Amino acid sequence: MLVESDETMPLRTSDDVVRVRQAVRNRAVGAGFSLVDQTKIVTAASEVARNTVDYGGGGTLKIEVLRDGVRRGVRLTFSDQGPGIADISKAMTDGYTTGGGLGLGLSGSKRLSNEFSIKSSPGQGTVVTLARWK
Amino acid sequence: MSDIPILKIGDCLLVSIQVDMHDRLAMALQDDLTHRIVTDRARGVMIDISALEIVDSFIGRMLNNIAAMSRVLDAVTVVVGMRPAVAITLVELGLALTGVRTALNVDKGLAMIRDLIDSPEHTNARRER
Repeated sequence: MLVESDETMPLRTSDDVVRVRQAVRNRAVGAGFSLVDQTKIVTAASEVARNTVDYGGGGTLKIEVLRDGVRRGVRLTFSDQGPGIADISKAMTDGYTTGGGLGLGLSGSKRLSNEFSIKSSPGQGTVVTLARWK
Repeated sequence: MSDIPILKIGDCLLVSIQVDMHDRLAMALQDDLTHRIVTDRARGVMIDISALEIVDSFIGRMLNNIAAMSRVLDAVTVVVGMRPAVAITLVELGLALTGVRTALNVDKGLAMIRDLIDSPEHTNARRER
């Protein structure tokens, strides 16, 4: 698997979440994604980016365009140095929230992705990686 | 105040969301609309989202909240113009928008609001107050 290009952007404010949506859209278009696939990865990016800002205290997003043979994909890595997630399986449950949201952010963005992983422990921050292939 | 214009047409309010909204803007629009329903004595609210490229859980929650608040204030809300890719993504995300009425376009949305306002059930409920 080849990384064709990558960029890293800051995620501090809700304006950054909007910028992330636009950057992910541009990369997905560049990778030749269909409109539905673009919409899915941009929506997933918006959900996880909001978590990084609201719960992780801000962090960064790395966007990579991947090539694996004839397949092309986009991989997103969200990193923060926030309080971390104590119970990941609970956090992945539909409807579970510690904030005021609907509790669909992580579980929903996993459904919108082909690959999804979370690494987190209390006090160690959180890294969410997701990828979608064309 | 959000910078998103709210147009009054008869007893309806029309909002067309033309920008990629950050979360504070979505909250401001929700507050603005709720106030305008009262000050303009609106009976119907139509929200045009045909320019929105995504609806995530935050914007979905805003649409749900506007529909619920307008119901409490005796107005009906119809969301119009959702793009097909957005609809597909919303359902997969797990957001069914069960509390929100939708119509394909502005014409159908206005007709739906008229029907709902003029329905006997709605009229009776108003007469009893």
